Amino acid sequence: MEYYLGVLQTIGVHALLGLSAYLLLLTGQLSLAQVGFFAIGSYVAGMLTVMVGWHIAPALMAGAIAAGFFAFLVGFPALRVKGLMLVVATIAFSEIVRLFFFNLNWRVQVDGLEVGPDSTQGFREIRYFAANGWEQFHVVALIWSIVVLVMLLLWWLDRVRAGAVLRAVGEDELAAQSSGVNLTMVKVAAMTAGGIIAGIAGGLFAHSTTYVDHHTFSILLATFAVSYPILGGLRNVLGTLVAVIFIQGFIIEGLRFMGDYRNILFGLLIIAAMNFRPQGLVDGNFRSDLAKLLGLKPTGGGNDA
Amino acid sequence: MLRLNNLAKHFGGVRAVDGVQIEVNKGEVLGLIGPNGSGKSTIVNLICGVFPQTAGSIELDNIDLGIKPPHQRIDSGVSRTFQNIRLFDDLTVWQNLWVAWRDAPETEVSWLSNWFGSSGDRRVEIEKLLDFSGLGDRSNYKAKNLSFGEQRRLELARAMASKPKLIVLDEPAAGMNSEEVRDLKIRILTMKDLGMTVLLVEHVMELVMNVTDRIVVLNFGKKIAEGTPAEIQNNPLVQKAYFGFATNSDGSD
Repeated sequence: MEYYLGVLQTIGVHALLGLSAYLLLLTGQLSLAQVGFFAIGSYVAGMLTVMVGWHIAPALMAGAIAAGFFAFLVGFPALRVKGLMLVVATIAFSEIVRLFFFNLNWRVQVDGLEVGPDSTQGFREIRYFAANGWEQFHVVALIWSIVVLVMLLLWWLDRVRAGAVLRAVGEDELAAQSSGVNLTMVKVAAMTAGGIIAGIAGGLFAHSTTYVDHHTFSILLATFAVSYPILGGLRNVLGTLVAVIFIQGFIIEGLRFMGDYRNILFGLLIIAAMNFRPQGLVDGNFRSDLAKLLGLKPTGGGNDA
Repeated sequence: MLRLNNLAKHFGGVRAVDGVQIEVNKGEVLGLIGPNGSGKSTIVNLICGVFPQTAGSIELDNIDLGIKPPHQRIDSGVSRTFQNIRLFDDLTVWQNLWVAWRDAPETEVSWLSNWFGSSGDRRVEIEKLLDFSGLGDRSNYKAKNLSFGEQRRLELARAMASKPKLIVLDEPAAGMNSEEVRDLKIRILTMKDLGMTVLLVEHVMELVMNVTDRIVVLNFGKKIAEGTPAEIQNNPLVQKAYFGFATNSDGSD
């Protein structure tokens, strides 16, 4: 049981990370900075509960705001670069954040114990949940309520004008500008909101694992974050969730017996998805394809028209 | 209404637009013609703020537009279509207009309802515009699934969605067959009847000669003639520069 709850925790945190990248991809920005925002959220929220003794809720919020603030700052220079150059620039940002925490040594005495980030040793004492009598089930419930909340928000966004504007920017920046869209505002707002989501994910992650260090925030995690929405497609938020469940639940956990070979499978899967489902796993024909697969009569509801 | 004062744009050593003086009066359709590379598209991009001018100024209703970026030109009341259709392909026809939509200046709309209001609020008005464009039954189609003529009409509707004072049409008839050109002709004349001001940049002479009130002719970034369609047709300078070696009245380049 504990194992399955652990998998659910991982899927929930990765879903949030994927959704933050999804929001940016809508505006056409492929960002590997999400892991940097995730790291900021982890450390800030963790330091607040451990070193200052805050309650988890304000600590998570503060982590999210701190991550959002840095995302806002990253948003402006990010406007100047596109495509591959944006990828390189955002990798640079994530590495700066990672190396900052790699070097951060800030130990304080709390209740006779020395706690806090210990540079290369990581930040080891984030035991808020255990110390306050939370069971693992409660942690999973907290993570998933936030996942559901974020998904509902993004789903709602697609039903108001702001959502159409985000997608318009992702489709054609010049046409969007010439239709009166303020590119700077839209892209920076998306970056900030994405940073906030990644920051919450970071705070939740740090508290559910009790321990973070710089290895956690590698570029590999950033690659995972963007591969979820790419694999899941940008049609709606469900695609990202399906991709997270598929990769984390099936490839990483389900095929554990294959050892490290399953990492090769992950790479092959990305290549296969690009070739066979370039629109993502959940595209316009998903419903009718699924019906066909299950031997049901196709409803034809998936037609894009 | 729109005045270009000694407008110039140099790309490195190339003088794409070289001191052009043009005035578009309110309610008229002004044609802007010239051989390929004469600076027409550069002028469109300058008016719409895609890049800043090297010298001169652009005034709309006696207000200098300076070097405002494209989205602020929409606020000032200038909108455009593109030579190569640039729609939001994966959005529906309806959403394409929704993105560009501006409520009439006299209606007070809060920032919140402008961005986060649901689709219902403006549906009636946007559907009216769709009907005008002959796209009433295409509302939920994705833009990429429309036919070529429909895409052209949608782009025109999108330019009208911001309720501009001036619409700049950059070769709207490019690639159209003669039936579609006839339809476009009627559409532009209807827009004129509704009191809109149009700057029409076009190669298709059949269209330019039939819908414009006045025509400005460019060559090598300079204005070489200005007058009514009849005057332009009989101007020897124009015939030499334009009709002499570019008699593509069917719209092909």
